[in-house]
Amino acid sequence: MTAPFLSLDAITRRFEPRLILGDRIAARLGARVENRPVRAVTEVSLEIAKGETLGLVGESGCGKSTLGRVVAGILPPTSGTVLIDGKPVIEHGRKVTTRVQTVFQDPYASLDPRMRIGDIVAEGPIAHGLASKADAPGYVRDWLSRVGLDPDFAGRYPHQFSGGQRQRVAIARALAMQPDLLVCDEPVASLDVSIQAQIINLFLELRRELGITCLFISHDLRVVRHVSDRVAIMYLGRIVEIGATEAIYRDPQHPYTRALLGSVPKLVLEDDELVRFETISGEIPSPLAPPPGCTFHPRCPVAVEACRREVPVLFDDSDGRMVACHVRAMERAAMTKEGSA
Amino acid sequence: MNAPLLEVEGLRTHFFTRAGVVKAVDGVSFALAPGEILGLVGESGSGKSVTGFSLLGLIDPPGRIVDGSVRLEGEELVGMPTRALRRLRGRRIAMVFQDPMMTLNPVLSIGTQMSLAIRAHDAVSDKAARERSAAVLARVGIPDARARLDAFPHEFSGGMRQRVAIAIAMAHSPAVIVADEPTTALDVSIQAQILFEMRELARESGTALVWISHDLATVSSLAERILVMYAGRIVEEGATATVLRDPRHPYTRGLLDSLPATAEPGRPLNQIPGTTPSLLALPPGCPFAPRCAHASGSCREDPPRRAAAGRAYRCHHPLERVA
Repeated sequence: MTAPFLSLDAITRRFEPRLILGDRIAARLGARVENRPVRAVTEVSLEIAKGETLGLVGESGCGKSTLGRVVAGILPPTSGTVLIDGKPVIEHGRKVTTRVQTVFQDPYASLDPRMRIGDIVAEGPIAHGLASKADAPGYVRDWLSRVGLDPDFAGRYPHQFSGGQRQRVAIARALAMQPDLLVCDEPVASLDVSIQAQIINLFLELRRELGITCLFISHDLRVVRHVSDRVAIMYLGRIVEIGATEAIYRDPQHPYTRALLGSVPKLVLEDDELVRFETISGEIPSPLAPPPGCTFHPRCPVAVEACRREVPVLFDDSDGRMVACHVRAMERAAMTKEGSA
Repeated sequence: MNAPLLEVEGLRTHFFTRAGVVKAVDGVSFALAPGEILGLVGESGSGKSVTGFSLLGLIDPPGRIVDGSVRLEGEELVGMPTRALRRLRGRRIAMVFQDPMMTLNPVLSIGTQMSLAIRAHDAVSDKAARERSAAVLARVGIPDARARLDAFPHEFSGGMRQRVAIAIAMAHSPAVIVADEPTTALDVSIQAQILFEMRELARESGTALVWISHDLATVSSLAERILVMYAGRIVEEGATATVLRDPRHPYTRGLLDSLPATAEPGRPLNQIPGTTPSLLALPPGCPFAPRCAHASGSCREDPPRRAAAGRAYRCHHPLERVA
């Protein structure tokens, strides 16, 4: 692997609920007030090479969006560092680079309804000197046509566009800042299937043209498989498995990855085939009170005693794949012993 | 086929807005056999949800069923007085919504609202109603059901709330449940659990399901028959696997090709160009024609419905059968 372009080192992000007035007074007076922080992201380290797309998947509440916001410099991490090309994204709690841009899930919420889309796209580049005020209209027209919108739409307002077109505007706004890294947080989740396909195609095309590096966050395992070179699976704030996309989809090693992939509905094309649903029992525990040890152990079909006590760390499984699972680690150890014997 | 349980014929539900008449459902006909699982798929604005709501007469002004008939067990529901409809809703035909909070009242305990739903149709004591509530909750996979009767909806996760909504729909063992995107808002692991349970419940109780969804994969794993809707009309229908393996309508083909799972990773998807037409200004003839690669002059007239052996589609230029 070449030198990492983006590197995250032990990122942790906690959210501490604000105490209500009564509790604050009680705390001042020395009472023990419970204030449990939510650990949205716990010690996540990963790297993305230049031009690579890393898919980040997981279910609601696993911390994938929080991690995306930390990478994008929108949220400062509680601890840990995010470096792009060796330079920090955030310093003293403030974003210090324009090299990372974000495309958000909801194109209805992420575009200011009172601004014309031309101004939405031009605002950042003008503020950061990428285009002068005089050049801005031409610059905007160029980006609008690159994302497949009629440049003459620049004078229109967001409400005059459909969901798919709005997402194109959001992509144009992000790319007009000429970022090196694009964080896409569920960019197609709110779109219809046929529009989703158009936006995925646009993304693939622009990525090839511009050589952009991307962190692609999604809960949709099918979409992630299609666009990512590597994929990371998160569960309750931690990465449980990371590696080359095809290898993971073909042969998942972490029991959670396996269960998650088994849960994805497949297109059934055989008559009278009764689909077997491989379901994971139970629900995702609350991040307020995560189980001790491996956070997946209460739902895990293969959990052993160690899983209840110790948090598994990511270990190198094979071919650059990392897995955080005690059971898999033991299997691996047994295999190497057999191999050397 | 047995006598149909539910027969829908020429259903038209229009919304009379200031901007004009929105023809959300425009001539939908289908039949549902007892115990059958029927998938109704389409994108936003295709009219699939409005069709579902129309079956239960849940259309509010400015919307109105302007034409057609919905017969449940031989009884005509369109034009039925509200009081009579209310005696059927929940008892013979029930609905599960995408958002379980459409069903649940946030200020009542689960036990209270389930008892209310049960006693709305059956003259039983409160105690007996609670007993039955606990029993149905247990059937939809809620652990420790009896104790959970005193809990409030906000104490449940999204998946658990949807289970409660399903339990309420099942409480009277209705003949038909209309489920409108019931798993769309849920995580995949929870979705798989609920799909599995719904299929089992339908099989055990003999309840027929109309499963409305935009997700072809979900429908394919559940439904025996599928209806594909576009711009208020059914464009193709038939046995699910047959339709998905061998679609005759270009729109069905386009939907399938839009799925990332059907293409090689990293390759451009075979997308459908353009967007769905506004229901206020539908093109004359086939509504899919402006996006269709096969469209010709004849598409400006409404394509006839062509039926053959359990299969039907509306297209002047149907795709060739794959060998």
